[in-house]
Amino acid sequence: MKRSALGIVYRKELTDLLRDRRTLFSMIVVPVLVMPLLMAGLGVAGAKIARQSMREIFPVALLGEAGSPQTAAALHALDNLRFVPAEKADLPRLIADKKIRAAVELSPGFDAALARGDPASVQIDNYAGEIKSQSATGTLRDFFRRLRETTVKERLTGRNLPQQLINPFDVREENVAPPEKVSGNLVGMIVPYLVMMMCLMGSIYPAIDLTAGEKERGTMETLLCSPVARTSLVLGKCLMVLTVSLSTVVLSLTSTGLSMLLVRTLTADLGAGNSLPLTINPVSLLVVFVVLLPVALFISSAMLSIGLLARSVKEANSYLQPLMVVMIIPAVAAVIPGIELNGRLALVPFVSVSLVSKEILSGTYHWQYIAIIFASTCVYAAVALRVAVALFKRESVLFRT
Amino acid sequence: MIEVHELSKVFHDRKRGEIRALDAVSFRCQPGQIFGLLGVNGAGKTTCLRLLATILRPSGGTATVGGHDIVAAPDRVRASVGFLSTATALYDRLTAYEMVQYFGRLHGLDENALRARLEEIFTLLAMNEFRDRRCGQLSTGMKQKVSIARTLVHDPAVMIFDEPTLGLDVLTARTIVGFVRDCRARGKTVIFSTHVMSEVEKLCDAIAIIHGGRIVAEGTLAQLRECTGARDLEDIFVQLVEARP
Repeated sequence: MKRSALGIVYRKELTDLLRDRRTLFSMIVVPVLVMPLLMAGLGVAGAKIARQSMREIFPVALLGEAGSPQTAAALHALDNLRFVPAEKADLPRLIADKKIRAAVELSPGFDAALARGDPASVQIDNYAGEIKSQSATGTLRDFFRRLRETTVKERLTGRNLPQQLINPFDVREENVAPPEKVSGNLVGMIVPYLVMMMCLMGSIYPAIDLTAGEKERGTMETLLCSPVARTSLVLGKCLMVLTVSLSTVVLSLTSTGLSMLLVRTLTADLGAGNSLPLTINPVSLLVVFVVLLPVALFISSAMLSIGLLARSVKEANSYLQPLMVVMIIPAVAAVIPGIELNGRLALVPFVSVSLVSKEILSGTYHWQYIAIIFASTCVYAAVALRVAVALFKRESVLFRT
Repeated sequence: MIEVHELSKVFHDRKRGEIRALDAVSFRCQPGQIFGLLGVNGAGKTTCLRLLATILRPSGGTATVGGHDIVAAPDRVRASVGFLSTATALYDRLTAYEMVQYFGRLHGLDENALRARLEEIFTLLAMNEFRDRRCGQLSTGMKQKVSIARTLVHDPAVMIFDEPTLGLDVLTARTIVGFVRDCRARGKTVIFSTHVMSEVEKLCDAIAIIHGGRIVAEGTLAQLRECTGARDLEDIFVQLVEARP
């Protein structure tokens, strides 16, 4: 039985690459172990910090305590604050040095002023951007909001006035998006970026190895001695790069999904913030995968072409690493708030797929856009593949030294 | 049979401009003979052989290899040629057997026929001992045997050797020389490029001296001796090359 030339080349490249530790590392180890470990590590570390800050008692300075024993006593009763003595002039330094996390300054005669209905004020000093300082400030802010509400209520009652005087109407918000759409919006921001990045990461090494690598090792000339048409050789190589690229995507999505589940389990005790329904509709994911296919082919062909142009592996790396960054930037489009899919953006490579993937994952199927994007990326992929084939037929490229 | 007529190759270089690597070269190699292409480095030997193996396309002239035109039917030429040079390396991550099998498949051999052919070649070249070892782990001599097997797998009528002994130790070089002789004994058309005079004296039935992309003399060793009056091939070579502008 005879085999097709393309199949022969593909099978050989597969055997060859699967025996290469560097390919296995970029195709399997990075997406399956490194990325999820990184994600799980960050998630667990973040949850640990959040849990610690929930339990922690923050040192806070209280000024003006003498003239307001009632408010001071209520503040001292707060569970997660410990009041320490301090001078006003030292407050900025103490907060900056993290000796104290915040400071409260009550205006002179605060309690009496409240009782009389005279103006009174509270100043809270804190350190913007510092998480523990913000936690202590949050507790203080809640305390004084409640105090203000109680005071207002007492004053209205004292004057026989209805509560509606200061609260003429209520505003209620209701989320009409079903939980899977909320989840889809969140997942839609992460998945397209992750998919594009893994697609690029997966293709970069095999693309270099099968082109500049072959030139450098001297096997390119051996291969050119065979009677197989050069188009078949390029297609076989391109199919191989595409396989590695898509395998990396599938492996990384699977392992990321599993590690997200793990993070949720490990941080379940943190409560409301983690109860987001991070689920993905398998049909949406399948549609995203189909839309991604021509993009992956475009990336594989482009990487292969650049690898062919390079004289050596080192040169190919120096071309492809910056190109990877350039390709990732449009993929981030889905994360930028306010950028929405339109007729023009539907024709921009990477941006279009990133945006439409976000829409698909949130359950919105703009079929006309999906068709335009799929068709346009197919055209881009075909052009890129044609360029790769043309380059493979050029002596000046193959024998560039 | 190889017939070369006015074959030329011009390279374009941004810095150096137009480089005429091969300039209207003509010669003929007969089946059952070894044709030696003798020249210094950069004389045009590799370019000439790469053109005959259809790895490069000519800028002018023509050639037929095994009855096929190198421009009109390059795929057929490659199917009838075995090309061996120090630049044709092996895939380090494939085993010796897989390497030869891959090229057998690329040459379109039927799986059953290929299996039989591989058994024959691996026995002939005494390669069974290392058939399952990866090429990257083989010694230079073993690698050369794998390369030979790779060129033989499709049983080509024409063998092209581009400085096949370059950089090899004496024993490995002897294996190659023996293999070249064996090809002649089997009636194949053999073209062999080198800059080592002793190899030409030992092996070649006809010699072409190439210099600056042109053939400066062609004939048997006896004819070249008669033409120059010199006895030693090195003297003949220097005399012919220095006579050219």
